[in-house]
Amino acid sequence: MNLDISIHTDLARKILTGFIKSEVTRVGFTRAVIGLSGGIDSALSCALAAEALGPENVLAVRMPYKSSSADSLEDAEKTAARFGVLTATLEITSMVEPVIQLDPQISNVRKGNLMARARMIILYDQSEAFKGLVIGTSNKTEILLGYTTLWGDMASALNPIGDLYKTQVRQLARAMDIPQSVIDKAPSADLWQGQTDEGELGFTYEEVDKLLYLLVDRRYSVDDCIEAGFGKEFVYQVMERVRRNQFKRMLPPIAKLSNRTIGYDFLYLRDWGT
Amino acid sequence: MLLNLALAQIATKLGNVQANLEKHLDYIQQAQDRKADLIVFPELSLTGYVLQDLASTVAHKPTDDDPVFKPLLKASQNLDMVVGFVDEDERHRFYIASAYLSAGRVLHIHHKVYLPTYALFDEGRFFAHGDSIRAFDTRFGRMGMLICEDFWHASPPYLLWLDGADILLFSSASPGRGLNQHDKLESAWWVENVNQSYANLFTAFIVHSNRVGYEDGLNFWGGATVFDPKGEKLANGPYYEEALTMVTLDLNQLRRTRSRLPLMRDERADIVQKELNRILSK
Repeated sequence: MNLDISIHTDLARKILTGFIKSEVTRVGFTRAVIGLSGGIDSALSCALAAEALGPENVLAVRMPYKSSSADSLEDAEKTAARFGVLTATLEITSMVEPVIQLDPQISNVRKGNLMARARMIILYDQSEAFKGLVIGTSNKTEILLGYTTLWGDMASALNPIGDLYKTQVRQLARAMDIPQSVIDKAPSADLWQGQTDEGELGFTYEEVDKLLYLLVDRRYSVDDCIEAGFGKEFVYQVMERVRRNQFKRMLPPIAKLSNRTIGYDFLYLRDWGT
Repeated sequence: MLLNLALAQIATKLGNVQANLEKHLDYIQQAQDRKADLIVFPELSLTGYVLQDLASTVAHKPTDDDPVFKPLLKASQNLDMVVGFVDEDERHRFYIASAYLSAGRVLHIHHKVYLPTYALFDEGRFFAHGDSIRAFDTRFGRMGMLICEDFWHASPPYLLWLDGADILLFSSASPGRGLNQHDKLESAWWVENVNQSYANLFTAFIVHSNRVGYEDGLNFWGGATVFDPKGEKLANGPYYEEALTMVTLDLNQLRRTRSRLPLMRDERADIVQKELNRILSK
């Protein structure tokens, strides 16, 4: 199926920088904090925040673990330098290692979750220290697939790129002049050596983005997608992943008892009064 | 006859009526300084859009003893205005409303008839729907007001046209959506296309005032427009920025266009009525 999901990057840039500026400043802040991994998602969030708030108001935090690749650190450095934002480097090894040592059987997934949550702790501490809001770096593809750590890399005060599929992130990153090495390298959570997103997921972002676009944005049924040329197994696998990970996209449900319950009939936007 | 029109595409504070009122008075003063006869604000301009449980707390009555409407009615001694607010009736039903104020009086109130309650919209959960679509006389001729989803349906502009409105004042708080390869979002593209089509179909002036700013993740795209009875675009406000867009409407264009193209004269509303009666009695 010949499906073009490219976007008008100038328009996206205008809306997203306006969003960051509005949602940071209306609650009394002027600054932002971003975990800069060396990957394309956080680089794009960083570039958008720098443009929205001014680079002097953006703190990019590098949080390597001992096994993190040297390339990641270097790419994060290049991105920060390209956009002129402030930087800090805080190693998480000494935070997560004692927990890892508690269980010799600990799996890679558990280690990865520990690292993602350690980074969240640092970002929210820097948020208070720097008086800046944490800008999210999760894209639409990974949010839908649940390829994230709950309360880890999903945690943020606002997320400018969560409605962009990974391939659209790449397109906007190119338009915003993100360093080429960041754009070119294989996407990876860099939680252990040799890990790549596409290796773990079992399909490419190019493939899955088009499928998700039909399923989600265009409201295609599973059968419609198969008819459009996607493999039956692939479609069912992705649909099931999206369903199974709905919990990661929501706050925990509160058991209703009263006449007015947070989440059900106590309804206000976060921008209430601002 | 010329009408100096000001289109105020503002960002609002959600649920902070006092702050929004101050912005209205500021824009009204600017419009007055620029010799405007009429200023049109967007949908829910005094309250913000995604009100949810704030709906009942931001309601005001458009009377001269109301603390919000009193200064607006006073300002309307100098120029006419359309403001967006939450109206509450005696039975405590809440409406998304537009008020046309002129010479210290409320000339007309429109309650939004079509409350979108689908996709990202949830208006029907919080608001009562209006039950009338009426044109009204102003010092510039007969006008009609509609609010956002009202003109996504073809019948309200048609009814206003039959009821004598030559200037249709549309106001919106239209959340931007549908980013693709084009330089306009699908929502903006759609609205501008139908507004131009209405101008062509009704040989009338179509005025659209749409808000800007953000509410949580929603963006509002602005881009106020005016189309004349030939369907030509007379003005286009900027996108995503607050602005006061000034444009002069030459109302004599109505006569010139309709002399050439008598769609109004030839409209067979009696057939519409007959066929509607048949269709509705099925």
